[in-house]
Amino acid sequence: MQTPKNIVQKVWEQHVVHQENGKPDLLYIDLHLVHEVTSPQAFEGLRMNGRKVRRPDLTFATMDHNVPTRQRQVINDPISKNQIDTLAQNCDEFGITLADIHHPDNGIVHVIGPELGLTQPGKTIVCGDSHTSTHGAFGALAFGIGTSEVEHVLATQTLWQAPPKTLNVKVNGRLGTGVTAKDLILAVIGKFGVKFGTGYVIEYTGEAIREMSMEERMTVCNMSIEGGARAGLISPDQTTIDYLRGRRYVPQGEAFEQAAESWLALATDEGASYDDVVEIDAAEVEPQVTWGTNPGMCIPVTANVPSPEQAEKASEQDEIKRALEYMGLEAGQPISSVKIDHVFIGSCTNSRLSDLRKAAAVIQGKQVNPSVKAIVVPGSFSVKLAAEEEGLDQVFKEAGFEWRDSGCSMCLGMNDDIIPSGERCASTSNRNFEGRQGKGARTHLVSPEMAAAAAIAGHFVDVREFTAQEVI
Amino acid sequence: MEALRIHQGLVCPLNRTNIDTDQIIPKQFLKRIERSGFGQFLFYNWRFDDEGNPSPDFPLNAPKYKGASILVAGENFGCGSSREHAPWAIQDFGFKVIIAPSYADIFKNNCVKNGILAIQATEEQVQTIIKKADTEGYSLTVNLEEQMVSDSEGFQFTFDITPYPKEMLLNGWDEIGVTLTYEDKIKQYELAR
Ligand code: SF4
Repeated sequence: MQTPKNIVQKVWEQHVVHQENGKPDLLYIDLHLVHEVTSPQAFEGLRMNGRKVRRPDLTFATMDHNVPTRQRQVINDPISKNQIDTLAQNCDEFGITLADIHHPDNGIVHVIGPELGLTQPGKTIVCGDSHTSTHGAFGALAFGIGTSEVEHVLATQTLWQAPPKTLNVKVNGRLGTGVTAKDLILAVIGKFGVKFGTGYVIEYTGEAIREMSMEERMTVCNMSIEGGARAGLISPDQTTIDYLRGRRYVPQGEAFEQAAESWLALATDEGASYDDVVEIDAAEVEPQVTWGTNPGMCIPVTANVPSPEQAEKASEQDEIKRALEYMGLEAGQPISSVKIDHVFIGSCTNSRLSDLRKAAAVIQGKQVNPSVKAIVVPGSFSVKLAAEEEGLDQVFKEAGFEWRDSGCSMCLGMNDDIIPSGERCASTSNRNFEGRQGKGARTHLVSPEMAAAAAIAGHFVDVREFTAQEVI
Repeated sequence: MEALRIHQGLVCPLNRTNIDTDQIIPKQFLKRIERSGFGQFLFYNWRFDDEGNPSPDFPLNAPKYKGASILVAGENFGCGSSREHAPWAIQDFGFKVIIAPSYADIFKNNCVKNGILAIQATEEQVQTIIKKADTEGYSLTVNLEEQMVSDSEGFQFTFDITPYPKEMLLNGWDEIGVTLTYEDKIKQYELAR
């Protein structure tokens, strides 16, 4: 009998082009996703050395980080425009398919990959973006790379990679009502810290993960990097297959059924081992809110903001002190008492149709608090269209949300969607670093449901109680 | 890429943990399409106040650390986004070596590709250096071949580095050029699928 293997080992073995002592493996890359911010210098490097893109057919480009979410036609910032134009020229010159800013396939790179069926189980997927881990939800080995590596993949369709250590994040039991995939991944990072996954590829397993839809699984895998892991994945199952069937870039008909069979065979074997295992009890997870300046600084919505004395190490106490100061919070204050000025529903973590549906269900028939400015930025054109067909845009607009075009938007504020200094935002994105949403901006990461409830209440509220009663 | 064998330089301490790439280079400066010129934006939100004046308390602004080429920082340095603009900014500002207890994976990779040596030291070694760097003119010698860091006062330690990045740095290789010599293998792999 063969030794049982985990999915990471299986996918790795299938992609090794060359192995030799004292060197990392030369790994073949099946799909290279490209966007405007981390690619211009890579294309320039190719030009300078007279090199070509080896496999334009395995390369797919979109524009997302800089794009305006209001009035698509006008890019006010000339430098943003230059970056966007440069990607268009590069794709033209090197023969790469591009979903440009007016293309119906356009959207955030990690939203459109799965949507189009480009993302498939067992593929090695890279992109010059750390949230490439999102695609791991399908059982793909997907990780972010820097611009030099982007150039390397463009030129050779390979990367030198040392085989990663594997870590099983086991989620036991089921999530409670009103507790989401976002709360789970925040709780995992809160429990194990922002670098527990460094050097590892994570596989998420357990009942709660199996019960999740593909969109929820993407939310979980998306934030693997916030725990330090370059990649996080989930073994494919029937949910994966059902999501992919009929998508544009997957095999069709009989060929799909064959592919599905080989995909399912990638799932981690019974009895396979990992380099490490951590466990969390799903039933204990409550809706989370981050209070500080990294995603590990999160607490249940029912809890109070921590104080520096709670940490043991001096460096940690310092970090908490600095974070409280930056965030303008008092140690010990209930997080639910914190008033917010902005709500952002969007980003590659939480801007898919199911996210918007869940947020809309919370706000239906209610009004955004007068002191709050709230926006919804769908993850792609097609999410936007689908939401409009269901009338979700009306629900949001009637409640007082702005309904925007797709893009990264306020997740990192490279376009004009920026939070002013000192103001506070409940955001469904993935990073609450200092200045992430604008210099001096204060970001609190939450689920779409929690963001929606906060928009109505004007402060954080426990969405589990919120849906049951009227809040003023 | 420039080769790096032995480097001697002034040390600048930055005693903070979890320094993310959004701090190293804030997003408003990611829009350039060149590789050069990012040094002026390094740690921008920490180096400058709201009016754009240098923040006097920030180490990189202190006259005694002017011209430093070795950056010393707390654990999990370079976490967050994959932006290679972060090492570009660090390098363009004049740093050639970083010393910290730990790094984010992607950042560390990006450093190697740009000829920056990111040394993993112990928490204790880092704290020792940070204390010593209080003295004006404190410098370290880094010998990559021997994997050794030392100062003129007898303080020294060895560090680990895997063979491949070490070779890359020592030789200043163009990695793509190297990989292209494996073209036959890559073709074979593609045909066999
Ligand atoms: S939505 Fe945010 S995290 Fe996702 S790719 Fe865009 S900028 Fe990065």
